Amino acid sequence: MAAHQPAPDQPAPVSERGVIGWLRENLFSSWFNGLITLVTLYFIASLLIPLIDWALIKAVFSGEGPESCTPGGACWVFVQERLGFFIYGTYPDPLLWRPNLVFLLFAIAVVPQFLPISGGLRKWLAIYGVTLFPVAAYFLLAGGSFGLESVPTTRWGGLLLTLVLAYVGIIAALPIGVVLALGRRSEMPIIRGICVIFIEFWRAVPLITILFMASVMLPLFLPPGVTFDKLMRALVGITLFQAAYMAEVVRGGLQAIPKGQYEAAEALGLGYWRRMRLIILPQALKIVIPGIANTVISLFKDTTLVLIIGLFDLLGAVKSTLSDPAWDNVMAEGYLFVAFCFWVFCFGMSRYSHRLEKQLETGHRN
Amino acid sequence: MNSNDLPTRPGRPKPWNDPRVRSVAFQILAALAVGWVGYSLFQNTIANMESRGISTGFDFLDSTAGFGIIMSLIEYDESMTYGRTFLVGLVNTLLVSGLGILLATVVGFIVGIARLSTNWLVARVALAYIEIFRNIPLLLQIFFWYFAVLGALPGPRQAVNVGDLAFMSNRGIMLPAPVFGPGSGWMGIALIAALVGVFFLARWARRRQAATGQIFPVLPIALVVIPGLPLIAYLATGMPVTWDIPEMGGFNFRGGIQAIPELGALLLALTLYTASFIAEIVRSGITSVSGGQTEAAAALGLPARRILRLVVIPQALRVIIPPLTSQYLNLTKNSSLAVAIGYPDLVNVFMGTTLNQTGRAVEIVAMTMAVYLFISLAISLLMNIYNRAVALKER
Amino acid sequence: MKKTLLTASLAVTGLLALGTQAQAATLDDVIDAGELRCGVSNGLPGFSQPDSDGNWTGIDVDTCRAVAAAVLGDSDAVQFIPLTAAERFTALQSGEIDVLSRNTTWTTTRDSSLGLNFTGTNYYDGQGFLVKTALGVESAYDLDGAAVCTQAGTTTELNLADFFRANDMDYEAVVFDTSEASAQGFDNNRCDILTSDTSQLAALRTQLSNPEGAEILPEIISKEPLGPVVRQGDDEWFNVVKWVLFGQINAEEYGVTSANVSDMLDSGDPNVQRILGTDGNMGEILGLDDDFMVAVLEQVGNYGEMFERNVGPDTPLGLQRGTNALWTDGGILYAPPFR
Repeated sequence: MAAHQPAPDQPAPVSERGVIGWLRENLFSSWFNGLITLVTLYFIASLLIPLIDWALIKAVFSGEGPESCTPGGACWVFVQERLGFFIYGTYPDPLLWRPNLVFLLFAIAVVPQFLPISGGLRKWLAIYGVTLFPVAAYFLLAGGSFGLESVPTTRWGGLLLTLVLAYVGIIAALPIGVVLALGRRSEMPIIRGICVIFIEFWRAVPLITILFMASVMLPLFLPPGVTFDKLMRALVGITLFQAAYMAEVVRGGLQAIPKGQYEAAEALGLGYWRRMRLIILPQALKIVIPGIANTVISLFKDTTLVLIIGLFDLLGAVKSTLSDPAWDNVMAEGYLFVAFCFWVFCFGMSRYSHRLEKQLETGHRN
Repeated sequence: MNSNDLPTRPGRPKPWNDPRVRSVAFQILAALAVGWVGYSLFQNTIANMESRGISTGFDFLDSTAGFGIIMSLIEYDESMTYGRTFLVGLVNTLLVSGLGILLATVVGFIVGIARLSTNWLVARVALAYIEIFRNIPLLLQIFFWYFAVLGALPGPRQAVNVGDLAFMSNRGIMLPAPVFGPGSGWMGIALIAALVGVFFLARWARRRQAATGQIFPVLPIALVVIPGLPLIAYLATGMPVTWDIPEMGGFNFRGGIQAIPELGALLLALTLYTASFIAEIVRSGITSVSGGQTEAAAALGLPARRILRLVVIPQALRVIIPPLTSQYLNLTKNSSLAVAIGYPDLVNVFMGTTLNQTGRAVEIVAMTMAVYLFISLAISLLMNIYNRAVALKER
Repeated sequence: MKKTLLTASLAVTGLLALGTQAQAATLDDVIDAGELRCGVSNGLPGFSQPDSDGNWTGIDVDTCRAVAAAVLGDSDAVQFIPLTAAERFTALQSGEIDVLSRNTTWTTTRDSSLGLNFTGTNYYDGQGFLVKTALGVESAYDLDGAAVCTQAGTTTELNLADFFRANDMDYEAVVFDTSEASAQGFDNNRCDILTSDTSQLAALRTQLSNPEGAEILPEIISKEPLGPVVRQGDDEWFNVVKWVLFGQINAEEYGVTSANVSDMLDSGDPNVQRILGTDGNMGEILGLDDDFMVAVLEQVGNYGEMFERNVGPDTPLGLQRGTNALWTDGGILYAPPFR
């Protein structure tokens, strides 16, 4: 007896599969949707086509001097010729191996974090990144010891300065933020009060007023003769500013930890700092990774404000070359170059935080 | 931290091991340290200012300023005082922050909702917008709009002409300004009457809907009445409003309302930058509303737009408001970047020119910071009140 | 952790405890630091401008170098701190810099209530207007309704207001924070005229995309004596900065230059002997070495050399001595005698 054979499934109608089906479902599901799609397409085309034409097709990528550029196309020769200044600022030419070595050491700390390596190695690299690397980088860049010629911080500039500001800011702002957040959650009213006032003050005033104070008014508040490097002051200003934001992010995480965790840790007989270090903070920080990443990214972007107090970071370095009368109107090229650099770093950091979040996801959020 | 109430008390711990003693001692120490640091800073400042012969005090606020300011919403000329320059700067800061908050909210909500659109293209464009604008420093965006875009507009003599009424050049946007002649007060009265009428009508309609389920078309009526009543008043009083149309004269346009390009660039940059953050906040707020809510609303037969308006957004707002508040605060603080392109905000006018002419750095910086502290507290307070209104009423 | 907090607070305490010390004199501070901190502009050709290697040049820069040569014997022992016009006085008041040499105009307010002291004039200037030739404007009195680019926090901003008000004209002040930005605004047609000291206008004109398309109007609307500034209340330092500049002007008057200074050491002219310290104790009574002017003249030169090198006819600025010539040559440069 022949078993009943059901006829094989019919393929979905042509209009529901393949490219057409996808188009129908995602772009033209209703007349209204179709209209929006067409209007959007029109805008994209009218924006992107001239942009691509200018930035890539008609653009000049290599050549000598302003003469090699053509009107109507982007003049990337400008960026290419000034690249050294954009990256190192006025760092002395014969000593450029030092920042280059620092970039290499930086890459050793950071790049493997994006590669599939073992957790142990990752941890050691991270420890290297926050301890050995900054120290080595400082001695390499500043010089003045180990027989290296001293280079004053006023000569640091460009991308180098941006990265110095951002890196030091980031590794200093997180611990300060954590301490402030713990202080704000403390049961000691005076400590709590101090932390609340500190955090709210820094969050309420604009960063440029702080940078202005740090760069020209600081000696007024200090005893005569006490002085700090200008870069150092900008660094402290930016760090404390973002630390206050970091503190609020971390506080959010601390509040999200169920009370049971605090009580259980206490029941184990752990002291305050061990309770925090072993039980509470690992959970709290994990919850707020996106918030931490956002704060880190805004710190990175805020480093551009130092140009207002006369430090030549990447944006400052590029901006200072834009008024050169030899190059006719390279403003758009310069700004786009800076925008691209910042975008790559910021976007990279936000992707990394997404990955970290997934990696550390242990499945029991609440 | 509670002392344990065991029946047999163990021997009292040594004072340095007693958590309470330690906590009190630690706090006293901290308070002393902070107080002492503050006191020293204060003393140093006083001593330094004295030894350097810097005059102090707020008497400078009454002296004549003697410099011009390009844009002022309140009356200002060179013969007024430094105190007045403070107000001019403050009003300009409030103007750009207020407009920025309004525009960024609108754009942010639109992009945030577009990000969740079922239309693949729209969702992708929204995503691209967010990822581009929030990952580029605001200062750079301000420079870009100011120098590379608005700076590239033609000069006033070749201005872009919109029907001989409005003009756009690298000197800004010129718009016709209404001039209210005698009798135009009636139009104001008519407008107020229309608004009050619509308000009561809406209240009545809501009660009727709650009682009977019948829907009364309030919106179309409002759209007719609110412009309509003033229009009738306008015609009845013999058309007292005339328009002051900008005209090219000498170096630049005269008459009309002029929006300077610094304002335009700052507003554009602040709006687009902040909107990219607001869009993400809106998106996460909407996705936080559980799918069951949407499905239940759909099962009731509500159309998609009403689901969004009546079910999803009210619930999403609870998640949206707190981070939205901090975006508003950020926008206000970021408006101080005006100094980079010369928009006359508080930092530019007061902490820039006035400070430099008078040399009263400490007083002026303190006043400026106090203003921002006050604005921050005010925005936080307002948003907290609003948040309490939309928060989940748990019983 | 508590221990670290304690150490930290102790460290801060120690730092602040230094505040009880009496304030040291600027001259001693500079000698101790081995470096002069000099506030200059963020970049103004001829006055203070860094090149791509970070070396500063200009007449204001040389004024600082001369002070460093006099005090420290080394004209390179200067840290140049670029400041915007709006930052400069605060930086000097706070002690962030030892001397401000940033094309700063000597006025009553600045000399009194700002707590500053002008030590002299290293350039006599006046405010003028730069205008695009295409506009066809020939006089500053035809500028009614113009948009004017200027720099925030300068006397220029005030003179501008006075001038337009006195002549009953309207204007629109487009204010930028650096002179470079204001020139850029002018170049981009954000404003019709650029106003500043005429020497600066000459410098800024060279940086326009089309220098020939702009001209300086004949009217000079103000007096702008530019010079180095120090803090009030430190007379010793005030005298040092003052007399280094006077020394340079006197040296020009008596024909001492960087080229002939070593020969002049044998000069029989008592005026020259007192300047170079071969006779008298002028250096000692100022708190310096007696031969301080030798170092200044060898390393920087006299006033005339400073002028020619930075702003004179052979430089891109191409300025004539004019008012800035010695009183013996028909100018108003007149330094008190070394005696």
